Parts: sequence; C-alpha cells; structure tokens
Amino acid sequence: MRLKIIIVLTILTGITGSPSITIRPEVELVDNKQRISEQNLVTETDEVVEDVMATGELNPNHYPAQRAAKVVQHYINTLYGSPFKVFHLHRVHSGNAEDVADSGRKYQLEISVQEMISNTSGKCSAEVFFSRGDKQHSPQVQVMCEELLKINTTKEEDAFYQHLKKNTSLLSAEYLPDSHGHIEPDMKPLWHLASVASSFIMLNESTQDTLFNMAQVANVTQLATESDQLKFEYLILLHEMVSQEIIRWKLLVSWCPPEGVKVLQMEKLPHCHECEKPPNTN
Amino acid sequence: MNQPLVFGFNMIQYYFFISRKPTMVLNHCLAFQLDFWMEGSDVSTPVDVRVPVHTLQPVKRYLDSRNLQYSIMIEDLQVMLDEEQEEMDSVARDAEPRSTDAFDYGRYHTLNEIYSFQDMLVAENPNLVSKMVIGQSYQGRPLNVLKFSTGGTKRPAIWIDTGIHSREWVTQASGTWFAKKIVSDYGRDPALTAILNRMDIFLEIVTNPDGYYYTHNSNRMWRKTRKPNPGSNCVGVDPNRNWDAGFGGAGASGNPCSETYRGPRAHSESEVKSIVDFVKSHGNMKAFISIHSYSQMLLYPYGYTRTPVKDQTELHNLAKKAITDLASLYGTRYRYGSIINTIYQASGGTIDWTYNQGIKYSYTFELRDTGRYGFILPANQIIPTAKETWLALMALMTHTNNNPY
Repeated sequence: MRLKIIIVLTILTGITGSPSITIRPEVELVDNKQRISEQNLVTETDEVVEDVMATGELNPNHYPAQRAAKVVQHYINTLYGSPFKVFHLHRVHSGNAEDVADSGRKYQLEISVQEMISNTSGKCSAEVFFSRGDKQHSPQVQVMCEELLKINTTKEEDAFYQHLKKNTSLLSAEYLPDSHGHIEPDMKPLWHLASVASSFIMLNESTQDTLFNMAQVANVTQLATESDQLKFEYLILLHEMVSQEIIRWKLLVSWCPPEGVKVLQMEKLPHCHECEKPPNTN
Repeated sequence: MNQPLVFGFNMIQYYFFISRKPTMVLNHCLAFQLDFWMEGSDVSTPVDVRVPVHTLQPVKRYLDSRNLQYSIMIEDLQVMLDEEQEEMDSVARDAEPRSTDAFDYGRYHTLNEIYSFQDMLVAENPNLVSKMVIGQSYQGRPLNVLKFSTGGTKRPAIWIDTGIHSREWVTQASGTWFAKKIVSDYGRDPALTAILNRMDIFLEIVTNPDGYYYTHNSNRMWRKTRKPNPGSNCVGVDPNRNWDAGFGGAGASGNPCSETYRGPRAHSESEVKSIVDFVKSHGNMKAFISIHSYSQMLLYPYGYTRTPVKDQTELHNLAKKAITDLASLYGTRYRYGSIINTIYQASGGTIDWTYNQGIKYSYTFELRDTGRYGFILPANQIIPTAKETWLALMALMTHTNNNPY
C-alpha cells in the first residue's frame, strides 16, 4: 500500500513538473505511514513539512504567508488609514509564492482584513514582492479589496480636525496604551494616527524574515503649524516578532482630512538596553 | 510610620509659625530648636518654622515681645499626619483583597499581590492546594509552584506555567484565574474532577518574577531574566532559549543584548534550572504546557528543527480539538502547528526539551491578541482570554488523562 502511494506521488510529480508539496530528501520519514497519509490529505489545516523557502501553494496558517499578509496590512494603512480608520489583518485564506528570476520572490494572497473602529471586515486579493540581493528595497504591494476601503469616516475626521485646529493648547500624551492596556477615549485618535504612521515604517522595514506590530506610543506631542496640516512628533515602539526586539522610532507626522497621513521625518533610535520608565499607576 | 516631614523629634504636638523677621528668629533657632521649613530670602518674605512643643511658649513670648507678626499654620501637625496615615492605611486595606473571592481577576496585579493571592488560595483550600518553592530567581525571589492534588504519591501530573516572558502580562493574569478556576471546579465540574482524582496539576504563575517586577517598575517591555552578563552592559537571558534542546543552534542569539539571547550555557538561568530539576525529580509528568502571548496560537514541538516529532499526528489533532473548543466561547481564532512551521525557528525552547524528556503532551500557547495591542492587552480582556484558554487547557488535560502512557 505504501509503495503504491509513493509511486502515485512520483507519477503526479512527473506529470505536473513542479510539485505543490516539496518533499525534502533529507527529512527522515520516521513514521512512514503517518507522514505519507498526511501528504495525501490536501486540507487547509494539515501539517506538512515545508521547504525553508516555501514555493508554490502555501499553508495559510504557517508563517511565510502570514508575514507576507502582514505587509499587506501595513500597505493598506498607509493608503487608507486615518485617526478614525485602522486596518488589521484578520485571516489568510490562501497563498502562493514563486521565485522571480534572481530578483526576489512574489506572493499572491487571499486575505481578510478588518477595520478596527467600525468593526467591519472584507476580503482582499494582494500581491507582495520581496526583492532579493544587494539592493534591499522595501516590499512592493498591490492590493484589491472589496467594499471595505470605502468606509466613510469624514464626519469624525472633520470634527476631530476642527476641534484640534480651534484648540489654543497643543495636545500631548505619553504611554498609549498605558501598562494596563488603557487609552483615554480622547487620546484614541492619536493612538490610531500612530498606528497608521507606524505602518509606513513597518512597510519599509518588512522582509520575509520579519513581522512587525506597533507595541506602544511612548509619547506624542502636537506641534504648532502655520499650514492646514496638524503636526505631531511621536516616539513609537515597534515590536518585531522574529527577533522579539522592541525598536524605537521618532516620527514627524502630518495629517489633515483631505491629504491623509504623511510621515515627514523618521528616525530610528538606538537600542535602549535599560529603558527606564516611571512606574505606571492606574 | 513613614513621616518624611518630621526630623528626629519624637513630639506629640508641633506648632507652626510664620515670622516676618527671619534673621532675628534665626539667631535664636538653636536655643529654641526651631526647624525652618521654608527659609525667607529677604525681610518681606514669610518664613515657615516648625516649633517643638517644649519651646513653644518661649518662642511665642519671644515673638510677642518683639512685635513680630506670626500666624499658626498647622496647630497640631501630628494630628494631621496621623489622619493622613489613617487614610492611606484604609485605602491600602481596601486594595488588599481578604480572600480569593474578593480578588479582582479582571485587573493586572503586582508581584506581591500575586504572591499574596497564592498564599490565600492555599489557606482557603488546604486539602487541595499546596505551595512549593522550587528555587529562587537570580535576584532571590521565590519560584512558587501551586500543587493541586487530591492525594496519592507522585501521581501522573500536568504542568502549566505562565509568565516566563515577563512582558506577557495576560499570561500571569490568566494563570491566577486558572488557579481559582481549579479550586472552584473541583467537585463541581465532572471533567476537572475526573482529572484531579487521578492526576496532579502543577501551576507556576510567575515563572520569571525578577522580570515581572521590572516590567512594573522600570520597563514594561522587558522579556528576559534580570541576570547581568559579564563583559556586557546588557542584562538578561531569554528563558525560552535557555533549555537544552538544540541549544546553540539557529533560532537563538549568542549576543547578550539580544531579546533571544540563549545564555552562556543551557539551563544557566535559575528560573529554568529549577523547573528542569523539578521535572526530572518528579519523573511522572505527562503533559507540559507553557503559556506565552501574543499571536493566538497553539504550538507543539519542535522549534529547533524541521524534523517532525514522532507524535506529530496525535499532537496536531489534539491541538485542533483544543482550539476548536477555545473558539466556541467568543469566536477567537487560533492557528496551530509545530513551532518552526507556524511562528519561527527557535532553539533552546521549553517544550522541545520537555518533549525530548518523554513528556508527550508538550504544548505552548500564544494568547491574545494578534498585534493590535500585543503585549499591552487591555485588562478588560483578561477574563475572556482566561476563560477561552481554559477550554483549550481542559481539552489537553482531558486527553492526557484519558490516554495514559
């Protein structure tokens, strides 16, 4: 029976030319019956030993597809995010990866994305290209989403914008959220704005070996401006999952409803080995 | 009583005066034993002086005789200090729960609060819970493990740890909730009762107490232990890269400044060695569950190699059952699989070591969320997280109990 299965697989491989499941010769088939029966089942949740650099159809639950999908989240936020609109990766439905000559790897993904404030979800199709070689560019993304991106937040944005423009004092805050995960309701738009601004950085910094999230806003200070823009200086902590490092970035961010979020200046701060912060009482 | 305002006097009463002629009063301050609280720089600036009771009358007479204006600010400082202290004491008293029923599981707690909780739980359930100290942290804090047992000797056991990475606060908070859940459900929930009638449960809630203290008092994002590294100004070792499984290989760092620094050698950290020694001497551990956050995953070995574990199929299917049960409560979606496939390559990890010791049901959780709040999960999500995770734990523990090996 086992032999038959091996032969069948071999034949299939021969016909199609590129197997969608790569079998690495050096992996010991310790428990042959179990391993082979797994490989024959083609269900989404099955555990298959994947090649180091997965090619072909990807398991959507494994990290290669997940990391590429996270990049799509960052990209969507840079285009559409605002103090009242923040997108988060919800789910990866399917993924595919292929090498592009010597220049890099291209991922094709079907994902679901959620807008966190309105709590609406929608599906997106995306392509992510990671370049390889000497010139390390930031990933290139193309995405097409359903209705999701047409969420209307004009009223909230205008109200917030007007409120800050009229305000004689400049806003500032620290630790959003605080140690206990709390954010004052008034400060939430600034936290959302930070998420969106961070997305520019996270997008730029992403590779196939990283997964970024914004960990915390250490502080934010509103700056006076002559122009229509609102301007903020942020100190943001990013969390990179693979290295588990906390990376500090100083950002100068501008925003107004018609123009959206822009990062005017960005500066990566040195690793803080003993970053002291005052105790947080809440 | 901590009274920073009172200097060396053991008085019952103090009186306060403001004088308009500071220099004159100064000349006599030694004789009168005056204590200047706020010194005036010129003749028009008032001066605050504290006067001990035994020179009170002489001072008053002195000031009166020279027509110096004064007013009494605080007639009895001591009374004021007493009242303030009483208020602080009562606030502190209210903040300290008197029983584990009064403990607020929906809040993040300090290390001391969790230590107190552990002692209270044992005191309230002496026939079910005992506290074992399996070692000391680098800075000398006790490594406490709660043992839930209905009797027997070295029964087959289940180990659960939370908080090995100190910044993952939802895990220690959930561990506290699990402890209470166990004592609440024993004798009421048939499934848990069945487990405890045959097996013991060991629960280490604050597996990295030095780190946990540091996250409260210095750096909320601290992950590692707090042991200094010779020759480096960077502190700490990643306790989940310090185990003797693939130690030294890819998936951990040799740089003390790194968050995934493996340490100078396997089991160099007392927080890790204590568990190693405990597990080895116990010799009858059947399941080992190490809880982290965040990412919403249920993982089984290996992290250090792509070679699948011998029990891959069983562990995979059990994980699927567990996360299905988890999702049944609030719809929270978890991914599952081996560490190396699902999240990243990691060497020197806890459950790789425990699996290689023969503890088949070795699992790691990554609790809520998937990055929106990350490590700083809002406190109002603690109890929902703990409740849904408990369902997954019950699936793992029930299977372990029903499948002795």
